[in-house]
Amino acid sequence: MSNGSSAPLVSVEDLNVKFVSRESTVNAVNDVNLTLDPGEVLCIIGESGSGKSVSMRALLRLLPERRTKITGALEVDGKDVLALKGKELSDFRGGLVSMIFQEPMTALDPVYSIGHQIAETVRRHEGCSMEKGLERALELLELVKVPSAERRLKAFPHELSGGLRQRAMIALALSCRPKLLLADEPTTALDATVQIQVLILLRKLQEEMGMGMIFVTHDLGVAAEIADRVAVMYAGRIVETGTVQEVLNSPRHPYTQGMLSSTVHGNMRGKDIEAIPGSPPDLRSLPTGCSFAPRCRIADDGCRAEVPAEVTLGPGRIARCFKLDETAAPKIREPMPA
Amino acid sequence: MTAYIIRRLFYAIPIAFGVSIVCFALVYIAPGDPLQTILPEDASEETILMVKKAYGFDKPIPVQYFIWLGKVLTGDFGLSIATGRPVTDEIFKALGNTILLAAGAVLVAFTLAFTLGTVAGYRIGSALDRAVTGIAVIGVSVPNYWLGIVLVIIFAVELNVLPATGMGPRGSDSFDILVWNDFRHVIMPIITLSLIPIGIITRTTRSAVAEVLNQDFVETLRAKGLLETEILIHVIKNALPQVLAVMGLQFGYLMGGSILVETIFTWPGSGFLLNKAILTRDLPVLQGTILVLAIIFVATNLVIDLLQTAVDPRLKRS
Repeated sequence: MSNGSSAPLVSVEDLNVKFVSRESTVNAVNDVNLTLDPGEVLCIIGESGSGKSVSMRALLRLLPERRTKITGALEVDGKDVLALKGKELSDFRGGLVSMIFQEPMTALDPVYSIGHQIAETVRRHEGCSMEKGLERALELLELVKVPSAERRLKAFPHELSGGLRQRAMIALALSCRPKLLLADEPTTALDATVQIQVLILLRKLQEEMGMGMIFVTHDLGVAAEIADRVAVMYAGRIVETGTVQEVLNSPRHPYTQGMLSSTVHGNMRGKDIEAIPGSPPDLRSLPTGCSFAPRCRIADDGCRAEVPAEVTLGPGRIARCFKLDETAAPKIREPMPA
Repeated sequence: MTAYIIRRLFYAIPIAFGVSIVCFALVYIAPGDPLQTILPEDASEETILMVKKAYGFDKPIPVQYFIWLGKVLTGDFGLSIATGRPVTDEIFKALGNTILLAAGAVLVAFTLAFTLGTVAGYRIGSALDRAVTGIAVIGVSVPNYWLGIVLVIIFAVELNVLPATGMGPRGSDSFDILVWNDFRHVIMPIITLSLIPIGIITRTTRSAVAEVLNQDFVETLRAKGLLETEILIHVIKNALPQVLAVMGLQFGYLMGGSILVETIFTWPGSGFLLNKAILTRDLPVLQGTILVLAIIFVATNLVIDLLQTAVDPRLKRS
């Protein structure tokens, strides 16, 4: 988008993340492939422990180096992320890529003012003075619609509400005009009304600034609201990807199908919600075959013997399942609002 | 902030008042008659009464308190029973000598402990951390008077490179710490006094830094691309309030002068003075010294409180 070429902004190939300790090895992310075009919004959906936040942190190299083993190829805007060292890595973080976190209550430093925290980021990346940084911080707070921004500049995080803090966090993340914004469940900790405001704001800013965005969530409604494309993660693997309409309206992987039918939507009063039986596998000892097989309605011995490979169903439409013929049956359900 | 400072100052006044009452009363609760030491054993009733009157001991205790307090507020702590010299002079001379040691120990212990604690807190579980923790455990568990005696044996008796006791040939009045010959006298006492604060402050700093590093916002600092040195400043500022609290207490203890350490090195400081006053039942000296030390403690706490609030705005209570 910015350079006019069709090269993807983000390309992740065979990403594996393992947390190694003396007692065990946790296979948090397994053979993940994904790409993101400039200006595109990708939602990664999955339950807790499915590896979605870990993948994000791997992209920013935020995982503790001593205990983490990352393999694969990570590229953002042509930069080899895993090869970045020292100052290069610091320039990359917050400059080219920045991140918004789930908990606005704890993600900001409690002993510095909001203005200082934004200004020091600007100073760090653009080499300007603190005063210039503060001017910029004020513009940013106005951009994210913080009321009486001038006064809020001097406020400390504990003096702001959760919604305002998350807006400040967004201002911080946008302060150096990143090409890629990583958002790790940025609305989960907020009240429902504030949630939708922050979501709309994020989408608007993303479009205005032409940023690519990877948005992690476990909330399908949020995904429907904000995503262009969706990737569904289960037990550290991406089990299905496609456009938001494709995945939410005609899911092909049994996990996605189960997840969608266990979600409250439309007029469901009086009907039982179908839950997926069982619980996600232990990441320290994954089953040999498909990770979802133990909970899958249609799994057979073949599913339990081998990990299914990626099957391309169409352009950018991929699922990892042996039984895609059986899951293709059109499901009768009202489409999700997109 | 100014309003907050004034309010905290007002809070300190009743505390100081309470302290003065306790100081005054303590001496009366303690057994023994202060006049026994200056009166001859066969003194007549008349003489005893006369001396009591001279020192004001014939009046009811509350009245004595207010007379004493009135004088104290004008800086007059009375006369020492043992030496007959003004208590105010004795206290401030002793305090001056103790400050020499305390300032040295603060400089040595606080900087060393803070550095060691921060390094260890950054590398919890590493060999370096274990070494630092070892030093801290030694600091809090080795008796400092024992270290003092060992230092004297090694450096004064065996090697004969440092003086064992006192403030040098010119005495305390013309003592000049900037002169090497005088400075030699403070080396061993300062090392000895630094031992405990090094242990305690190292441990506190280590755990405070480790705790801060575990907080979510450190990840934000990394994610926004700050350099490790810039992150360190954030971490230290967050850990500081906890460390300041302990530093304040240690400073207070150091100002009180260690009776044991000052006795080992025959250092005429406040601990030494207190010890002498206790042994001779020198009431005015005892009361005055305890009161001054207590007020210093209250003032230190106040300063620490204000510093903490300046660092961490969450501590400012309305």
